[in-house]
Amino acid sequence: MQKKENRRYCIGFAGLALALCVLLVGNLNAGSVNLSVGEICRILFEKTGENAAIVWDIRLPRIVAVVLLGGALSVSGFLLQTFFANPIAGPFILGISSGAKLIVSLTLIGFLGRGMSIGSVALIIAAFLGSMMSMGFVLLISNRIKRMSMLIISGVMIGYICSAVTDFVVTFAEDSNIVNLHNWSLGSFSGMTWDNVGVMSTVVIAALALAFLLSKPISAYQLGEVYAQNMGVNIRMFRAALILLSSVLSACVTAFAGPISFVGVAVPHLIRSIFKTAKPIIMTPACFLGGSVFCLFCDLIARTVFSPTELSISSVTAVFGAPVVIIIMVRRQKHNQ
Amino acid sequence: MDDYYVYTDRMTVGYDGVPLIENIQIGVRRGEILTLIGPNGSGKSTILKSIIRQLRLLAGTVVLDGRPMAELTERDVAQKMSILMTERMKPELMSCWDVVATGRYPYTGRLGLLTQADRDKVDEALGMVHAVELADHSFSHISDGQRQRLLLARAICQEPEVVVLDEPTSFLDIRHKLELLSILKTMVREKRVAVIMSLHELDLAQKVSDRIVCVNRRSVERCGTPEDIFQDEYIRGLYGIERGSYDTAFGCLEMEPVQGPPKVFVIGGGGSGIPLYRLLQRRGIPFAAGILQENDVDYPVARALAAEVISEKPFEAVGEEAVRSALQTLDRCERTVCCTTSFGEMNRANMVLREHARDCSLLIGIGELEQFVYKGADEHGTTAYIAGDTHGFCC
Repeated sequence: MQKKENRRYCIGFAGLALALCVLLVGNLNAGSVNLSVGEICRILFEKTGENAAIVWDIRLPRIVAVVLLGGALSVSGFLLQTFFANPIAGPFILGISSGAKLIVSLTLIGFLGRGMSIGSVALIIAAFLGSMMSMGFVLLISNRIKRMSMLIISGVMIGYICSAVTDFVVTFAEDSNIVNLHNWSLGSFSGMTWDNVGVMSTVVIAALALAFLLSKPISAYQLGEVYAQNMGVNIRMFRAALILLSSVLSACVTAFAGPISFVGVAVPHLIRSIFKTAKPIIMTPACFLGGSVFCLFCDLIARTVFSPTELSISSVTAVFGAPVVIIIMVRRQKHNQ
Repeated sequence: MDDYYVYTDRMTVGYDGVPLIENIQIGVRRGEILTLIGPNGSGKSTILKSIIRQLRLLAGTVVLDGRPMAELTERDVAQKMSILMTERMKPELMSCWDVVATGRYPYTGRLGLLTQADRDKVDEALGMVHAVELADHSFSHISDGQRQRLLLARAICQEPEVVVLDEPTSFLDIRHKLELLSILKTMVREKRVAVIMSLHELDLAQKVSDRIVCVNRRSVERCGTPEDIFQDEYIRGLYGIERGSYDTAFGCLEMEPVQGPPKVFVIGGGGSGIPLYRLLQRRGIPFAAGILQENDVDYPVARALAAEVISEKPFEAVGEEAVRSALQTLDRCERTVCCTTSFGEMNRANMVLREHARDCSLLIGIGELEQFVYKGADEHGTTAYIAGDTHGFCC
């Protein structure tokens, strides 16, 4: 039994790693300038040549960002699902991404309107505040109503309210700088710089490491609060840690790439189906890898299908992610009957 | 309070700062079972939840192994106390083995990885509850009885000094009730574990517990040994039993007697009358039972169900007076059934009663009684029985 499980985990991780490698190459290749694998290798190792700038300054930072943020989003979803004991919870569905989007937009408009520039760290902080704001509302509602569907509905509503306010603000902000803001508010990985990557990797990797260290209490928490406490988990501290970590992760994503839908729900579910486990010690790294693969794949499609026009990443993730959510709900319904 | 492993000191429990039960003083020693009984809503679960720190105490302390629990860390408590509560857990994608293994959690390191020793303990615990074959099953696809057994295995492999269980036998069939309690008893005897639990099955509580705590009307009404607590009158009062009765000697619950002038006279004794008493009660026919010595096994049931019981003192041969009053009653009844076939020195009088009934053509057999019972019930207990062949027939 134990061996069979371990083999499944190994195969799962190997499969994800392979997919990641293939997609990394694919993403480096594809674009308005098509590069061969050989050329890419040469550029990567020698850093010279006519297309070096494309690879090093545009595609590579973007790919690293996709890997980090995709993974972060999916882990954030997994943490939220654990917290709410609800398989459809995720940063986008619960309106947490939209809350972050709202505060980030307000901050950007505030700063840019006065002709000031704004750093990555400030953006993350703004996004974090927005996340916590939405999270606060969701927690307030979930404390009063224990029903699973109500939690999701309230999250979606909060998301709509925040999006509406954001649209309103963006529409009426008359600054040429804000053109980009519109793209960002729909969700996009474009325009990543190495500076951005540096900041986001610090935040994401730190948060991931902490999430991984929480594996043990998370597995206890999966049995319910009462039993978790009896297993020696300090429930208040643990709940706070879970909320903070998932908010930081999704805030980081929103700060750089805008709100991205469905990754947080679909990926953990797919990973659970592939690995046939919910053990956090497997789930956290697997969700990260899965999120990276899923987002690389979606970003590839967003960039190439209607090239040179780029699709918003959220549209692509929704196409692949939303059916997964429907499948989860149908299956659960069947299961309950 | 010195030798108690867990005790509460002036503990006040309640929800949202509103006290429900105040100044609770209960305790349990190692190798002892303490059982909370009492009607629904009396606060048994609230007390248990407060002891395991699921609810915050409003006043007082719980002392575990000589130290107030408020001073202990979660991990300290987890290594000494395990629980089995009524909360339904629905873990996703966990095998039964995984769920049991969570009991080892307080002993594992940072990442919660199990060592071989941990695995062995999990297997051992599964063996103790006879659930080895369930190990690979998914925890969400098993029956209530299996779930309780596995949760007990989880509690066992946590290697506790004290186990707190909230209604562990509810929803289990009788076999699994007995099994679960026997396993618990084994733990108590062999590992000197202390047990605090709540039970709704009074008969079982009486048989397995060393001490009983009665929780009623939001207070701890009484504490004591089962022998102190299980008195018919007290239990009747504790649960406010008005319809029917509870016999503490046998742990036997009876419905309320049918009132009214008796229609059937049942001659019983030595356990032969009980099925008939219950049949008549079910059909709503008032009956008289006689003549029973007060130490007869039929006597408590007859007392509980019959409209009238004619009895004799324990170990006495049936005397003149009892026979006289039995004959009076028998003559007022429409039918007589004789259930007993054994007559001896002590109940010779019952044979007299039977002969008298036969002489008056009142004696009927069980089969005929069935007809009487049905007809009687149809026509509101009037004499609708059409006498057929009334030869004396003993059942």
